[in-house]
Order: sequence, then C-alpha cells, then structure tokens
Amino acid sequence: MAKVLVVTSGKGGVGKTTSTAALGAALAQSGQKVAMIDFDVGLRNLDLIMGAERRVVFDLINVIKGDAKIEQALIRDKRVETLHLLPASQTRDKDNLTDEGVARVIDGLREKFDWIICDSPAGIERGATLAMRHADVAVVVTNPEVSSIRDSDRIIGMLDSKTLKAENGEQVEKHLLLTRYDAARAQRGEILKVEDVLDILSIPLLAIIPESTEVLRSSNLGAPVTLGSPNSAPARAYQEAVRKLQGQTVEVQKQRGLFSKLFARRAA
Amino acid sequence: MNLFNFFNRRTSAPVARERLQVLLAHERTIVGGESDLVAILREEILAVIAKHMSVPQDSVQIKMDRGASVSTLEVDIEIPTSVTTGMRPAA
Repeated sequence: MAKVLVVTSGKGGVGKTTSTAALGAALAQSGQKVAMIDFDVGLRNLDLIMGAERRVVFDLINVIKGDAKIEQALIRDKRVETLHLLPASQTRDKDNLTDEGVARVIDGLREKFDWIICDSPAGIERGATLAMRHADVAVVVTNPEVSSIRDSDRIIGMLDSKTLKAENGEQVEKHLLLTRYDAARAQRGEILKVEDVLDILSIPLLAIIPESTEVLRSSNLGAPVTLGSPNSAPARAYQEAVRKLQGQTVEVQKQRGLFSKLFARRAA
Repeated sequence: MNLFNFFNRRTSAPVARERLQVLLAHERTIVGGESDLVAILREEILAVIAKHMSVPQDSVQIKMDRGASVSTLEVDIEIPTSVTTGMRPAA
C-alpha cells in the first residue's frame, strides 16, 4: 500500500517540480516503486524536468475522463525502471480535474506502488488543493526568502484543514525542504538562516538543498539531479531526505565551510 | 566521472535549447488549435480498431516519440484469438 506524498509550497519557482523529480528518482533508486503525478494542468513541466517530454501520449485528465487506462498513461523512466510519471494535461481545462476523478486515480495507484508523489502547482486553487487532498506526507518546499515563507505558512494551514487526513481528525506528516540555500550568504546575514525559517514555520526539517549549478544543469539535460549528478551536494541532500522519508534517522547536514569540510570525520 | 564528461560539463545549455525547440514546435500547433498529426493518427487508428473488434483498453499499448525531424508512433495491440478466427462481433 503506497504512501501518498505531496510536494507543495504555495509560491511558484521555489523548486517543487525539481524536488519532485529528485526525490522520486532517489526513492526509485533505493528499490521503491514510485509514481509521480503532475497536477499542474495547463502548465505541466515535470515531463520536461524528467526528460520525458517527447514521450507523452496520455495524461491525468485522459485517465480521469476514461479515455485511457492508468497503465497506458504512465510513462516508465528509461533510467530507473521502478520510476513512473503521470503527466498533467497541457491543453485541457483544469475544470476536468475533479475530486472524485483524482480519488479514483490515487486509489488505483495505491495498490501497485510504494510511493505516489503529487507535484502540486503553485497557488491555492483547485490543482493545489487536489494535489494535497490524499496526502499522508507533505514536503513543503521553501526558499529562505520572505514571500516564500509566508506562502509556505499558508500552505501548512491548508494541510492541517483541507486534507482528508485533517478531516478525519488525523495529521498529515509535514516536512520542510529548504531549497536554494546559500550558507555563505546566510552567514553574512544577507538571507534568513535555517534556524530563522524553522523558528517561524515550526515544522521539522527534512533537508537543506544548497544553491547549486548542478540543479540547472540537470534540468537542461532532462535528468533529476539525483540521477544526473548523483554525487553533487544537492543530490546528496535529496538522498538524505529520501532516507529520512523512509524512516531512517539521519542527521541533517548543514552546508559546511571549507575548513570544517577538510577536517570533518565522516560518520561510518 | 571520465574525461569526456569533464570537458562536457558546461555544455548543457545547447541540449536544453534543442529539447525546447522540438517540444515547442509540437506544442504550438496543439495550442494553436490544430491537433498534431501524430495525435490525430493515434485517435484514428484506435477508432478503426474499435470499429472491427472490441479490445480491452489495457491490451493496447501506445508509445510516441516526438523528434526534431522524425516522430514515431508505436501501437501495439493484443488481438484475442477468438477475433482473428472469425468470431467477430458485428461492427
């Protein structure tokens, strides 16, 4: 029985799709069966980040409307065979995204996969609320920047009230993923520090993804950063996040300076 | 990382450019109202199949690859033996 994970943020451009791809690929590489669903109807991009844009035949709306079976619409990744993508529709109206239709798709996938990752669109409209509706776990993607933090706070409020779990008196397990973090600038007081963000949002930290050119490079090539440059700093942070999501306790590594890097002992 | 990769590390932008050109060429026709040829063919082939027999949706596998100069459409249909031996339902 799959766990349903939503990658959400409120604000656009903070790294939801990049993080969905990176987390999905890392989970699949650890042997888990993963289905990623793009909920951004009309402005899909997960297919592009995954390098599957030429192979899209059917999409989420086709499945909801019964034009295609879920098995026909899922695109299997060419690099990791347990990784699958259900693209959003680029042309259809998002009114086709119904509560009942989404429930059917997720229920159908739950039996066949270990993880269902819902890539939320920005905003708080229907696409975003339906992406989080069935979540067991939420990854709130936040940049150390005022508007992103404010929007994340709003989304956390919605996770606590608008999800099925919340309506049943349960809690969605929430995690903060701090992306595009530049430790040097935080040190200089130019951007908010990890502690500040955690203090304000008060949800547990999953990982800190350092600002890195490797993320852009991987997007250019159509590979999640965890597959495109698996040894890069952002990829390692995502891998750490995945181990945590799977219930292994990992100490979150902060970006270290050159000195501590040179003299640090690696944990066995 | 091998030497080849090392020298190619900075050259991801041309790949991005090429991918976008192919993708957008296809998307502009769709959003502009004209459905693209590969999608039309897909729909019509499926309609023809449905006219002659009723195959369950999951025994039809469709793959597409939209390229810069050539696109491919791959339709893989499992036809039940009862259909090929003449027990064809009325169309």
